[in-house]
Amino acid sequence: MSTYLGIPTRRHHDHPESPLRGSQTFPDAARTAVANPQLRRNLANATATIRAKRSMVVGELPDWEALRDSGSAIKSDVMARLPELLLQLEANVIARGGIVHWAADAAEANRIVTELIKATGADEVVKVKSMATQEIGLNEYLEEQGIAAFETDLAELIVQLGHDKPSHILVPAIHRNRSEVREIFLREMPDVPADLTDEPRVLAMAARAHLRRKFLTARVAVSGANFAIADTGTLVVVESEGNGRMCLTLPQTLITVMGIEKLLPTFADLEVFLQLLPRSSTGERMNPYTSLWTGVTPGDGPQEFHLVLLDNGRTNALADEMGRAALHCIRCSACLNVCPVYERAGGHAYGSVYPGPIGAILTPQLTGMDGHDDVNSTLPYASTLCGACFDACPVKIDIPTMLVELRGRAVDNDRGAPRPDGWAAAMKTMSWVMSDGKRFAAAEHGLKLGRLLAWRRGRITRLPFPLSAWTSSRDLPQPPEQTFRNWWKKNRGAGESE
Amino acid sequence: MTRETMLATIRAATRDAVAIPNPQAYETHGEHAPGSEAVIDLLIDRLIDYKALVRRVPAADLVHEVSQALSPVQSVVIADGLPAELAAACAEGGRRVAVDGSPTVLTADDLDKIDAVVSGARVAIALTGTIILDGGADQGRRALSLVPDRHLVILHAAQIVETVPEGLALLNPTAPLTMISGPSATSDIELQRVEGVHGPRTLEVIIVDQI
Repeated sequence: MSTYLGIPTRRHHDHPESPLRGSQTFPDAARTAVANPQLRRNLANATATIRAKRSMVVGELPDWEALRDSGSAIKSDVMARLPELLLQLEANVIARGGIVHWAADAAEANRIVTELIKATGADEVVKVKSMATQEIGLNEYLEEQGIAAFETDLAELIVQLGHDKPSHILVPAIHRNRSEVREIFLREMPDVPADLTDEPRVLAMAARAHLRRKFLTARVAVSGANFAIADTGTLVVVESEGNGRMCLTLPQTLITVMGIEKLLPTFADLEVFLQLLPRSSTGERMNPYTSLWTGVTPGDGPQEFHLVLLDNGRTNALADEMGRAALHCIRCSACLNVCPVYERAGGHAYGSVYPGPIGAILTPQLTGMDGHDDVNSTLPYASTLCGACFDACPVKIDIPTMLVELRGRAVDNDRGAPRPDGWAAAMKTMSWVMSDGKRFAAAEHGLKLGRLLAWRRGRITRLPFPLSAWTSSRDLPQPPEQTFRNWWKKNRGAGESE
Repeated sequence: MTRETMLATIRAATRDAVAIPNPQAYETHGEHAPGSEAVIDLLIDRLIDYKALVRRVPAADLVHEVSQALSPVQSVVIADGLPAELAAACAEGGRRVAVDGSPTVLTADDLDKIDAVVSGARVAIALTGTIILDGGADQGRRALSLVPDRHLVILHAAQIVETVPEGLALLNPTAPLTMISGPSATSDIELQRVEGVHGPRTLEVIIVDQI
């Protein structure tokens, strides 16, 4: 294992693994991922496709920037009036026959959902793809409690059947290609035809057949929510396949788990977000299906509706301006698709259910960065700061600035550490050298050695320890023949006094 | 208990939060009037783009066209508020027609055995190719337009608006709403779009001109 200078290393793992925290640092996990050519090929194909689709449909709207401005403003209003809006939502859901629950953390949310399911007598549930329930590890908890949770989104199904983890917010199985999906289906679906091909259409039809009975007989469904409208109590789920409609319509009981930041103040605000989200997310003018429901409608759909409002670290993030802006995220995943780091490292390297640029700022703010040994302290470094994510974000979250700020916080956390790492030691040495002209001049002599090392290739690719810490991840340019100070002395220095 | 603690935490965390004013500089209305030729053409373009089937007929030919469109199917479900002449068109050629709630409310299994659903709609948005159902009398419960494999939507030209804000403004927010923009689809395998997954695999739209 080598050290990447500039990226803190983490040797201990005192923090238990969770859906928001992996077991490896980002650099370690990324190193494994980039060495997998199949993964890189799958990701490059998929992200290139979605980038092209997105830029085409975004380009069609002349008022795109105005929509982004309004999206950002509406979300800032939500954060500023969150307590009031949550109470308004709660009152409206209750008035329409729904029941509202409040969950401070993952454990509480899991307990509430489990009790609600057990009260119906059901021992299985169908699920609509939901980041909130992934974040709290609901499926795993339900399994321990003897309740089977069936993911019904195709990509979630591929992940669940493959005993795998999601690697993308929108397309959790983006790391799998068609032949891998075929193998998973053949292995895990008892009813699948033996002559299954790897044609995406054939695979999708196999999923349809596999889930059909489940939908028609399910008594309880669990969903997330894309939006909740405070002034009407309306919940919104945006999807493509119809699995969402099946879960939201056919069962008797519906349980929706939603982060407290998913609110919109008024129904009219949807006119902004229903334009921003599909174009940013799947690169469509509109996603095939959007379902909206308010409490319970007698004679239509679930007759029992529970809404679970989830904090789980959101109030950590809410406590400052930067964290509030990070919570504007509508989970479109546009920032993942344009990120050069995500495209190469893939989603698993981030260790959190929220990968990519938004994950790199959101995850550490939800969990906190618990000092030097917390792997989540490495997430703000999972970026080149190129800024593509900021440009793509439909609600204008300034991800690059937040990454820099979080890096600062990670470094501040490490100040006064009993055992300074290589980076801190190097910085201390540099500070000593550069604070004195004579010491600096002496150091410059060392650069001549550098010219020899670079030799004909014009760059230094390998240095001995401890400087190998730098060159293991980057090349150094060949130092110039003379330093600026020497050049100045020779050309301009004559006759001038210091 | 948790409710009060959570609210107190949220209040404390957002105490100094300030909202950015909303400039609302985006377009709320399109260039063309609802039901105008340009808006109808735009909707048709969007529907074809996502592989829905489209027919456009004068009002006088609607009954015949519905019957034609249903020629591939043996059974149809409708809500009891669908106009009588359309219900009759559904039954033409000996097709079995189930009316939800008359005499009984159909189960999911009943619906699964029916080939097609015929419904009206509340409004359509041309720019995004979106058809919105609101559970009105000519549409029925949400399950009706979901379980059968073919959905035939009858849309009157005057119901077609150009933009998303125009369409949403016409809705009753607390009605059970379903926005449909194409047959069900997935792009989950290599981001290659496949039309037709769990929802109706065929979406057919008949646009009815006033005269």
